[in-house]
Amino acid sequence: MPSIPYEHGLILAAILFVCGLIGVLTRRNIVFVLMSLEIMLNACGLAFVVGSARWGHADGQIMFLMILTLAAAEVAVGLGLIIQMYRRFHTVDISVLSEMKG
Amino acid sequence: MTMLFYLAGAVALISTISVTISTNVVHALVYLIISLLAVAVIFFVLGAPFAAMLEAIVYAGAIMVLFLFAMMMLNLGQATENEEKAWLRPQLWVGPGLLILALLVQLVSVLVTQRVDVVPVEVGVHELSVLLFGPWLLAVELASMLLLAGLIAAYHLAKR
Repeated sequence: MPSIPYEHGLILAAILFVCGLIGVLTRRNIVFVLMSLEIMLNACGLAFVVGSARWGHADGQIMFLMILTLAAAEVAVGLGLIIQMYRRFHTVDISVLSEMKG
Repeated sequence: MTMLFYLAGAVALISTISVTISTNVVHALVYLIISLLAVAVIFFVLGAPFAAMLEAIVYAGAIMVLFLFAMMMLNLGQATENEEKAWLRPQLWVGPGLLILALLVQLVSVLVTQRVDVVPVEVGVHELSVLLFGPWLLAVELASMLLLAGLIAAYHLAKR
């Protein structure tokens, strides 16, 4: 089997993570924020699997499974919150959620 | 296999950037599905076929379809898209984008110093399940409790 440079996998994971981070920081639509969170979790999983391939061990893949579980639970709760928010405010703009400011 | 890795990596990058700059929610979701499938191909190349299958089935299949269902319930129209276009002005994202880019450059410059070539060894379902139900059994139980909590919370939150 031909080899793959280890650092290229990690760089790819880093760039994907940064794309997600920019989405989280700059978007005002809460659906896009949740999607960017998914991108970030997925990038973390990619980094774990690359590490698993680097050391020839399955522990990284098990951490990926845990991240998958976390992402599924997070999306279920997050989408429930988005639906509830849309019912109350009829918008997906996160800047309407500022009731707690002084 | 090396070509496949770079090709899938390029597809993942382009589709993820399209998600970040897209204004239509459904288009962004479809780009995100493409990105997840490309990452699944990368997992396969890296010798993790079980993780690749789970990425395709659970991430691209279940989670993204859940997103699509929620988007259909919300029924966001052209007005939201126009709002989104108005929000995506450069002065809003240039500052944080540049700062994050600086951090990325630092990270990449650290990463390129360690040159290790990986020859992927396939870790199959059998070895993975021996580990999952051996030393990682507590983590599996905790994950099941997390999923139960997510289920109850989603049921409660989405109820009228």
